[in-house]
Amino acid sequence: MTVTATVPKLQLSGLNKSFGRGDKRIQVLRDIDLSLADNEFVSLVGTSGCGKSTLLSIVAGLEDFDSGTLSVDGAPVTGPGLDRGVVFQSYTLLPWLTAQGNVEFALKAAGYGAGERRDIAREHIELVKLTKFANAYPSELSGGMKQRVAIARALSYRPKMLLMDEPFGALDALTRHQMQELLTRIWEEHRLTVLFVTHDVEEAVYLSDRIVVMGIGPGCIKQTFDVDLSRPREPDSASSAEFIDLQREVLRSIREESLKVELA
Amino acid sequence: MLRPLEPVGRSSRIVLGIAFFVLFVALWAFATFGGYVSRTFLADPLTMVSDGWNLLTVQGFSQDILVTVGRVLGGFALAAVIAVPLGILMGAYKPVEAFLEPFVSFARYLPASAFIPLLILWAGIGEMQKILVIFIGSVFNIILMVAVAVGHTRRDLMEAAYTLGSSDTGVVRRVMMPANAPEIAEILRLVLGWAWTYVIVAELIGSSSGIGYMIINSQALLATGQIIFGIIVIGIIGLISDFLFKAINRRLFRWRFA
Ligand SMILES: Nc1ncnc2c1ncn2[C@@H]1O[C@H](COP(=O)(O)OP(=O)(O)OP(=O)(O)O)[C@@H](O)[C@H]1O
Ligand SMILES: [Mg+2]
Repeated sequence: MTVTATVPKLQLSGLNKSFGRGDKRIQVLRDIDLSLADNEFVSLVGTSGCGKSTLLSIVAGLEDFDSGTLSVDGAPVTGPGLDRGVVFQSYTLLPWLTAQGNVEFALKAAGYGAGERRDIAREHIELVKLTKFANAYPSELSGGMKQRVAIARALSYRPKMLLMDEPFGALDALTRHQMQELLTRIWEEHRLTVLFVTHDVEEAVYLSDRIVVMGIGPGCIKQTFDVDLSRPREPDSASSAEFIDLQREVLRSIREESLKVELA
Repeated sequence: MLRPLEPVGRSSRIVLGIAFFVLFVALWAFATFGGYVSRTFLADPLTMVSDGWNLLTVQGFSQDILVTVGRVLGGFALAAVIAVPLGILMGAYKPVEAFLEPFVSFARYLPASAFIPLLILWAGIGEMQKILVIFIGSVFNIILMVAVAVGHTRRDLMEAAYTLGSSDTGVVRRVMMPANAPEIAEILRLVLGWAWTYVIVAELIGSSSGIGYMIINSQALLATGQIIFGIIVIGIIGLISDFLFKAINRRLFRWRFA
């Protein structure tokens, strides 16, 4: 998918970010230009500490930035909002609410009535196949189940964008694959725009339309790969020559950056 | 063999727990019946029981118990109603913390019992004075402990709530408060235990009813059996209130124990 002349879903330009003050001030993001088209799935990869999570937090509106612009549908972002759903790497379900209660949380803030909330939450819990666990507390759910509830929660209020920071990082390989299938299906059905941070290059290639490799010192956009594999992708596509070549190229690009860190 | 943190079975736990009480009473009986301690200073267990029976059936001691329980609950409830909201505000909003924390930290170390003479001057020796002693002893501790708990709310949960459309006050109401509710209940349980020590001190000075009053009265009569009975009654009430608190917490905060 190519970026068309229409307003991009998400646009960052000339974005800079640093932490700390005075002598301790360090720049973590420099001159970030990135735009995502409607319904595009973009993965952000890069060596640890290059600023992926920081970038995602900025887009989520949780972190501010020094200079540059950030807009969703052409409107500047001023804080968190229901136009963007976020799934974090750490489990952020509210432990005192059941799965159902967690999914209803945002709906309540958005002002839906009790009946409507229950129906919408049910529907989304069904979407992630957890109907049987709707009344379970997070402490009674496995890691994969928790992330499924988190996805249901982030989708319940129909955001235009989904921002995900290594959402499947803590899961075992099998669960991870199931989650990838699920996410692909939801992405297709809901016509979402997704910004997805991952360490797993195979995952990035499998899911994305485009892969953005970030460089370090300070964090910047190093290289972008278009993923021209046909959709829908099957688990088998991961063994095609095209897939493996692309995976190798992306890995090489990341590795160059890791070497820079080691040499420095 | 004793292994660190190795759990102990349910029945052995109960047996061990009771065993200490038995040992304690046995030592006490040995010291008193054996004549190692003078009757004047320490009554034997049987005298204690009969004195206690006499207190309850003849001297209307149950009335004193009710009075004392009422004072504790009154002072404690007043402290909790004021301290919990203040503690939440302090924990959630840093300027409020900067404003109140130094004073509260200082006030926390003021011994409640030292206020008794002053409170008698201000409020006389009526119920208000007793309640105020407990209030002073509890309120600052609750404020500070609640503030610390609320201030340590998981950051990632708050961020998640923001992305889910919560406003600033929404995050306080819907994340910081429920996340710390079990901890706040635990703090209240702890401070209620301390409130018991304040009420007795308050009743030892300038009072005409209550468990503490009975104790100080018995001292004049050298009725050590009554004193010990009074102390044991306090212990038992403490145990019961602790048990009730724990049971309620477990019901209320099922998510924590699930
Ligand atoms: N609150 C903060 N204060 C100061 N420095 C920070 C803060 N948060 C992040 N950093 C720094 O910013 C840089 C980027 O961090 P970030 O968490 O965005 O990296 P990342 O790419 O997500 O890494 P990883 O892949 O390990 O998750 C790191 O050098 C980190 O030390
Ligand atoms: Mg990260």
